[in-house]
Amino acid sequence: MMKTRKHEPLLHIVKRDSMSYKKAVLIRIAAIVAALVLCAIITMVVTGQNPISVYGTMGVGAFGTARKTWVTFQNVSILLLISLALTPAFKMRFWNIGGEGQVLMGGLAAAAVMLKLGDKIPNPILIALMTLAAILAGGIWSVIPALFKAKWNTNETLSTLMMNYIATQLVAFFTVLWEMPKGSGKIGIINQNTNAGWLPNIGGEFIGSKYLLTIIVATLITAAMFIYLAFSKHGYEIAVVGESVNTARYVGIKVEKVIIRTVFLSGAICGIVGLLLVGGINHTLTTTMAGGQGFTAVMVSWLAKFNPIIMIFASLLIVFLSRGAGEVATNFSLNQSFSDILTGIILFFIIGCEFFIRYKITFRRGGHKK
Amino acid sequence: MSDRIPAVKLQNISKHFGPVAANSHVNMDIFRGEILSLLGENGSGKTTLMNMLSGIYYPDEGEIFVDGNPVTIASPRDAFDLGIGMVHQHFKLVDVLTAAENIVLGLDGKLDIKNATKKIREICDKYGFEVDPAQKIYDMSVSQKQTVEIVKVLYRGAEILILDEPTAVLTPQETEKLFAVLRKMKEDNKAIVIITHKMHEVESLSDRVAVLRKGEYIGDMITKETNAEEMTNMMVGRKVSLNIKRPDPVNPKDRIRVRDLTVRSEDGVLKLDNINFTARSGEILGIAGISGCGQKELLEAIAGLQPVETGSIEYVEDDGSYEQLIGKDPKKIRDMGVSLSFVPEDRLGMGLVGNMDLAENMMLRSFENGSSPFTDRKAPYELAKNVVEELDVVTPGISTPVRRLSGGNVQKVLVGREIASAPKVLLTAYAVRGLDINSSYTIYDLINKQKEAGVAVIFVGEDLDVLMELSDRILVLCGGKVSGIVDGRTADRAQIGLMMTRVGGSK
Amino acid sequence: MINLALLIPKAVVQGIPLLYGSTGEILTEKSGNLNLGIPGVMYVGAISGVIGAFFYEQGLSKSGAQPNGFLAITIPMLCCLLGSLLMGLLYCFLTVTLRANQNVTGLAMTTFGVGFGNFFGGSLIKISGADVPSIALSITSKYFSASLPFADKLGWFGSIFLSYGFLAYLAILIAVFAAIVLKKTRTGLHLRAVGENPATADSAGINVTMFKYGATCIGCMIAGLGGLYYVMDYACGVWSNDAFGDRGWLAIALVIFTIWKPDIAIFASILFGGLYIVYLYIPTGMEHMELQQLYKMIPYVVTLIVLVITSMRNKREDQPPASLGLPYFREER
Repeated sequence: MMKTRKHEPLLHIVKRDSMSYKKAVLIRIAAIVAALVLCAIITMVVTGQNPISVYGTMGVGAFGTARKTWVTFQNVSILLLISLALTPAFKMRFWNIGGEGQVLMGGLAAAAVMLKLGDKIPNPILIALMTLAAILAGGIWSVIPALFKAKWNTNETLSTLMMNYIATQLVAFFTVLWEMPKGSGKIGIINQNTNAGWLPNIGGEFIGSKYLLTIIVATLITAAMFIYLAFSKHGYEIAVVGESVNTARYVGIKVEKVIIRTVFLSGAICGIVGLLLVGGINHTLTTTMAGGQGFTAVMVSWLAKFNPIIMIFASLLIVFLSRGAGEVATNFSLNQSFSDILTGIILFFIIGCEFFIRYKITFRRGGHKK
Repeated sequence: MSDRIPAVKLQNISKHFGPVAANSHVNMDIFRGEILSLLGENGSGKTTLMNMLSGIYYPDEGEIFVDGNPVTIASPRDAFDLGIGMVHQHFKLVDVLTAAENIVLGLDGKLDIKNATKKIREICDKYGFEVDPAQKIYDMSVSQKQTVEIVKVLYRGAEILILDEPTAVLTPQETEKLFAVLRKMKEDNKAIVIITHKMHEVESLSDRVAVLRKGEYIGDMITKETNAEEMTNMMVGRKVSLNIKRPDPVNPKDRIRVRDLTVRSEDGVLKLDNINFTARSGEILGIAGISGCGQKELLEAIAGLQPVETGSIEYVEDDGSYEQLIGKDPKKIRDMGVSLSFVPEDRLGMGLVGNMDLAENMMLRSFENGSSPFTDRKAPYELAKNVVEELDVVTPGISTPVRRLSGGNVQKVLVGREIASAPKVLLTAYAVRGLDINSSYTIYDLINKQKEAGVAVIFVGEDLDVLMELSDRILVLCGGKVSGIVDGRTADRAQIGLMMTRVGGSK
Repeated sequence: MINLALLIPKAVVQGIPLLYGSTGEILTEKSGNLNLGIPGVMYVGAISGVIGAFFYEQGLSKSGAQPNGFLAITIPMLCCLLGSLLMGLLYCFLTVTLRANQNVTGLAMTTFGVGFGNFFGGSLIKISGADVPSIALSITSKYFSASLPFADKLGWFGSIFLSYGFLAYLAILIAVFAAIVLKKTRTGLHLRAVGENPATADSAGINVTMFKYGATCIGCMIAGLGGLYYVMDYACGVWSNDAFGDRGWLAIALVIFTIWKPDIAIFASILFGGLYIVYLYIPTGMEHMELQQLYKMIPYVVTLIVLVITSMRNKREDQPPASLGLPYFREER
């Protein structure tokens, strides 16, 4: 059996044993820089502006005025909160991509309490009830797929995805039901005259007071989540279940209980985001309130390797791009979706660079050694 | 013999995985019309070497010749084209496809299952296989799956056949049948390589034996001209006494009483059928049996991990009072004060978490201690340090993920943790699988120490010789039934072998 | 009583983009790739086709030439296929070659793709400096939506079976073809093996990487045609941002609903298409417009129920491909 000799594979890929933390960070930074350069080039082609002033414009968009800066940090907080919410579930390898729906349900519950009980009970109790309702609504919405998962191993990526759209339609249903004025198809500002159920501004009469509450909540939950995952017994159980369900059973961890508890927590934090959006930021309820951040948060959480602290920077990067590109788009009367393109490019680079952290490529030189 | 052109010639082959050299500078010949045993301990690089022939791995260095011509085997496809076929230890079959679909998988041309079925029948008739081409793989027994694998290789017209530990999952009868087939193939002038570490298989089947040790080629011999001792020496590198210590049990008392235990798997298959036995303190109860005939279910049922259909498992205290274990999960059993340790078969998939470090793995058993919502990190760290010191675990540090340790060290970490809680009952499944000789003896010693400390040890093993040297009594399982319980000191190898294949062991 | 001769054609035109999307995603998932980027791919497919048609029409109006039916169809189609193919290649490069997480890559592709579609949909006129108020590709779209000439002479039969543009029939042909390939051919067998157990397929000499790239890229191209159908036929060549909505996600839902079978997808997509618009036909009265929103929920609820029921029944043949979502690396150990 004669056989002509084929070429040896030129590239050879091996899994790295480990890489120093510093080097891994460097690779990621390099990827982000490369992505930013590519973004600048694309922006340059579209707008004709030079790349440095592109980022100048973006900087202005994100941090140009005190108000803009506050809004940026508020947006970072919201994205960060949703990312944090998804993280414990992800660590458990429960791919909750239903953040969108869980936020909407939290918002819906908060709005319902606001509308139906506003002005009927004292404001502090109203806000407490809103909070409770939002947490429960978000939590229950996430627990439904978790129950399916625990009982029949139903694929949670797909079921949470469906739950998003069911939530959207529920919100749409109530939006029409509670529309104000009749026929507008919108709820409008809830309790505009009395401000009942509006979450308080913090710090009195300065420019950031409107935004501070969200930022404080995000800071607290970030710290709490970091401690919860790294040091608590629950956090340890989550890690074990995520790594190996068999090991968890072997040491007597009740896997179903941990799944449901953790996913409830995940949904509950999403519910809080819904509360912040309805009660603190928008003072109204719309179907587009979450604005796709439930999905963006999946990526933020993953990019940060489920580390709450790194998530702060990942959220900041995404929000900066989004607000910056928004500014570029406005200046050149382009479309706001420009920011999605840039976000996509950055994500592709970061996703791709993980490969070089986990694997090593060796080139073969000159065929056989004698 | 030396003037024949080898069917396959390996020259100076090396392969590394990270820092580990799986093979270094191996030179080896494979001839037609000959059965070659590739002998070596677990981890000696046998499988890796053969995987390079079958195109699964690509060598870092070296050359391969087939029939005298230099070749490049960059993929399994290249291997087929050269007439090389390998039956892997872990079957490479797609569960939801039929036997015929699996057999024609990867071939070219129009898909013609009818024609393929005919050809498969011809091969089966020629060598005496029994395969239903239309049967789905997930409906098959292990030996049926193996048959499909062999037919698959032959269907492709393989002239050079490699079988990786083919008998590990077979009964002695099935093994004999397989050997008969292999001899027939040899008469067909095929080249056959069988990877094994069982000496009697080498002796009864092969013409020549090649030995690997720690990735290096030690040498080859004509089987008839050598003997088991010489081969063992080549395999392990020095003369080892096969003697395992067996202290006499001191004051044995009933500890675990299993009565009429019946277990069904989730899909309704009867796994344990009316099992009765007692394990005593200060004694090692060995469990023998062909793999997959209820050992796993038995241990897991005792450990509270396996739902039980009927029967009882009682934990007996020294004073004769007892507690029912059935219906309780591991946490409840622990909360009852029953100190039960379990070294499962799947070390990194069940006993330990591969991505966690040594200290975090120690925590698996203790993380719930105390009423604080936070975990205590200090005690597990100390325990990990102790285990590393006392059991000579080779590790870069306490904060190294255990998946980076070698098999023997992983097992030491696992056993170290399990015995640290001073158990009353120790369950072990295949405790030395994949371990080198030294690590194996460390584990035997540890188990014996537990026995001397009055622990009731249940030791599931696969190597009969070890079972017969270590156990005080041996319980033989056969198809989920207790085939018999024999005294380890007086047991007869052949008798146990028979009992493994037929309940009661009689003809 | 709902008039079926009226409802069915409406359900079909709603169903066709879903059929394209789900056929594409079925092929992709059969190779073990869970491409959550399909919604983005459909946007990119649609906008690429629109860009092609836009420049073709611009060229026509500048040169004053007569529209040519062949070019009016092939230019947008080729642009659409090319755009979707590039998305497929991107996904494969990241998940197969670079072994990235499929969920994250897919979501990033959807972010990118939807943004790409809306950006060019909104900015195309400005960027190209054209002198038109909005993107309305009436000339090219006429060729896409042309039904058979005798369709309206055949009463209900004509309107149910013959009243569609050619892309609708192409969708059904592709689905039938995909079903046959999967069931009857060697390529299909190999593809199924790759999705079920890539290590086994690999050791059988099947080029896993090639199959994953091939199935995913072809799947993306098919899905992209769904976007093209929507904008060129259903929407009569008028691009409006976000109009395509969540149909991409519904297509992914449909994959589950059909338990990974393109032939079932033909009927299921029409059913879903019907459910998608059924709210328009259930009389609610002006007093209860909100109920319409609940009817819109039906396809998602039905899919969720199917998903749960198949996982309850746990039949081997009805499960997702066993390696779905997992990267494959031959030398992993």
